[in-house]
Amino acid sequence: MAVFTLQINGRSYRTDVDPDTPLLWVLRDHLGLVGTKYGCGIAQCGACTVHFNGEATRSCALPVSAIGKAAITTIEGLSATGTHPVQKAWDSVDVAQCGYCQAGQIMTAAALLKRNPKPTTEEIDATMSGNICRCGTYHRIREAIQLAATMPATTKTKSKS
Amino acid sequence: MTTASRRNFLKGAAVAGGGLLLGFSWFDTEAGAIEAVPAVGGAASAVGFNSYLSINPQGVVTILSPNPEVGQGIKTAFPIIVAEELDADWTKVVVEQAPLDTKKFERQVAGGSGSIPHSWTRLRQAGATARQLLLTAAAKRWNVPVADCSTTPGYVVHTATNRKLSYGDLATEAAALPVPTNVPLKRPADFKLIGQTIKNVDNPGILTGKPLFGLDVYRDGMLFAMLQRPAFGYTLTSVDSTAAKAMAGIVDVVTFDNNVAVVGKSTWQVKKAKDALKIEWTKTNTTESTADHNRLFREMLDGDKATVRRKDGDVDAAFKGAAKVVTAEYQCPFLPHNPMEPMNFFAHVRPDGAELIGPTQTPELARNETAKLLGLPPESVTVQLTRMGGGFGRRLKADYALEAVQVSRLVKAPVKVIWSREDDMTGGSYRPAVRYRFDAALDAQGNMIGYKLRGASINAGNATREDNFPAGAVDNLLIDSVDHKSSITTGPWRAPITNFLAFAEQAFLDEVAQAAGKDPVQFRLDLLDRAKQKPAGAVKYDVDRMKGVIQLAAEKAGWGTKKTVAGKPVVQGFSVYFSHRSYVAQVGEVVMQKDKPVLHKVYSVADCGVVINQSGARQQVTGCIVDGIGHAMYGRLTFKDGIPDQHNYDTYRLIRMNEIPAVEVHFVQNEIDPTGLGEPSLPPAGAAVANALYKATGKRVRSQPFVEDDAFKGVLS
Repeated sequence: MAVFTLQINGRSYRTDVDPDTPLLWVLRDHLGLVGTKYGCGIAQCGACTVHFNGEATRSCALPVSAIGKAAITTIEGLSATGTHPVQKAWDSVDVAQCGYCQAGQIMTAAALLKRNPKPTTEEIDATMSGNICRCGTYHRIREAIQLAATMPATTKTKSKS
Repeated sequence: MTTASRRNFLKGAAVAGGGLLLGFSWFDTEAGAIEAVPAVGGAASAVGFNSYLSINPQGVVTILSPNPEVGQGIKTAFPIIVAEELDADWTKVVVEQAPLDTKKFERQVAGGSGSIPHSWTRLRQAGATARQLLLTAAAKRWNVPVADCSTTPGYVVHTATNRKLSYGDLATEAAALPVPTNVPLKRPADFKLIGQTIKNVDNPGILTGKPLFGLDVYRDGMLFAMLQRPAFGYTLTSVDSTAAKAMAGIVDVVTFDNNVAVVGKSTWQVKKAKDALKIEWTKTNTTESTADHNRLFREMLDGDKATVRRKDGDVDAAFKGAAKVVTAEYQCPFLPHNPMEPMNFFAHVRPDGAELIGPTQTPELARNETAKLLGLPPESVTVQLTRMGGGFGRRLKADYALEAVQVSRLVKAPVKVIWSREDDMTGGSYRPAVRYRFDAALDAQGNMIGYKLRGASINAGNATREDNFPAGAVDNLLIDSVDHKSSITTGPWRAPITNFLAFAEQAFLDEVAQAAGKDPVQFRLDLLDRAKQKPAGAVKYDVDRMKGVIQLAAEKAGWGTKKTVAGKPVVQGFSVYFSHRSYVAQVGEVVMQKDKPVLHKVYSVADCGVVINQSGARQQVTGCIVDGIGHAMYGRLTFKDGIPDQHNYDTYRLIRMNEIPAVEVHFVQNEIDPTGLGEPSLPPAGAAVANALYKATGKRVRSQPFVEDDAFKGVLS
């Protein structure tokens, strides 16, 4: 066990955990941030995607000891009130079926739009194919990203990452 | 619901805090007489009510949704139906998930595409009866005839005097009135909410990461547990847990029923400790490998152990006199369900009862099996339903809930059992593996005069559905099945049986049409005409509804017309299926890119009766197609000595965004009571693709996954 100070969603969190604990389980079991989901544990499905200094990163394969002072953003911190363009687009298109994978999808999409505000369909597919949706909501995910890309970018993130 | 005599009763009562509370029974298809009962306190203490809607003085309508939400959209669809007949203002409707309550509700199940068909009339009557009470209360206050009053969403209005009163204003008075009987329901043409596009009521929570799912359940003092379960055909010999117990955060290691459970203070710690267990298993003589299954299929198909499921006419004579015989075999592998949220459950067993919380499609089963295990009355076990991260049939079983109960009992603490993805994929209850043999006899004119189907399966029971089309359209028909009992556990998997049977039947029918020299669509229509005009034995599908979806799908897809995309020809395959009460026809389109066939588009036409929510309905159809195609193309679980060869997404392939075809969804517009939509669009998808692949390449794909079929290895990717 060791104490880590993590910068998550613009706040500092102290946590005493095994150093090899993946960020995913630190968020979920120790910090009460359960929006980030467990799907496979081997970085294959994308359900656990968070932002690590703004980059979409699989938290299930990221040991807490490797985080340092990096700014982490989770679905809870993407926006203060669920009004990030990607969240609004997800609601508008009514993407979710079961909803379990959607936090990971949203975080992946938000990072994509940050580095590429007007992605082509091929670029959306290439990025989003890292995330599995077992319900098969892929058509609407694609549509929602295209919609989000038309929204003003000013409100796209809350935290400093 | 305390006595049988109350079964059919809708009951209204004032809520203690002021407001209307209306309960309704779920027990019979026809909701019956309505009876007023006095209030016995607040909503929480509404003993004797089956389900309810309440209206507070501010006009907020709270609707409880009793059925488990697994992604099928029931938590949105049920309240839409109630709100429609209530004429509620949808923006003032709050939906809450009800816990398991067998006194208030019945069929709290997510399965079989059955929730809406089962509850349709009940839900409408609940809304309509409440609306009638509100109308009566307003008429009294205004001293005008009820017949002169009407409603707009959230209000009763008296048009003649231009007055209106909100439901919130009227709720308390309305609740005190005798509950009317035989309240007329709306004509479908007058629906305002039903058939609209309405968003998932849980969107706000889903999109901001709120704790909604079973895995999100955390309680003070809760311990975490992961289990090592035996592979198929193995028993537990011994456990050395010394190293595991010495690891940080580990509270205990317990064993029960061949399982070893590691219990500790965090998920990661118990996962690591589980990996540190030293377990010896004993291999029994029931372990099986995929090679054994292939041998068993051969023996079953060629043997004489099959049970006859349906026999019409004289098939032997028909095949003897045939001008042409078509024979083919189709095979489908075991599949895990792979919901994105792995199995998990919370249990807190106390001496006098148990509290369960978790994702289950059958909460009542979890409760009853828990009560049985603990030797306690069912009433001492509570079950709270969480939203489920998918289920696909896996959560119809209660095994993982019982594990939490077992561990909680052994360690005397609240426990959440968590399955890793590897546990989930190797833990059993799979879609069974099957192999079919079809024979069709054609006369000189290309008429199908004989049809035989044998289903051979591993733990599927009857792998056929003997009354499926084309039964009823062929004079001489024999359907039989034979099953091998395996140590590999199986269970319902979205659209059970039909999820593979439809691929085989509809692809084979394409082969027969080709042998007969007929267009696949016309061939099906001709058979249906035959079933209508001169039925051979019982016809257990609606010929006109099946023809309806076929004709509309052919029209929407431009069947038989020359189509191109980017200058390349588009080829089409056809499939139609009646399953789980609804009719679905699909056209798959394939385009050759260089030398490889690529799935381009799927057109789908469903006749599921009235569509409740366009958004949810389109999601179910599209999701079923993606699910059906994804598993037909890529899914398979193989075994060596009882141990699955695939265990996570590095070795098991699920369809991803870059692999989906375009999908175009249509519904037949009619006023038939809804017939279910969580499954029926999945079965036809595989054959729509297989038949298009044939047209594109001249090769028949007869086994799943398509990417590993002999004809398509290295061709499909």
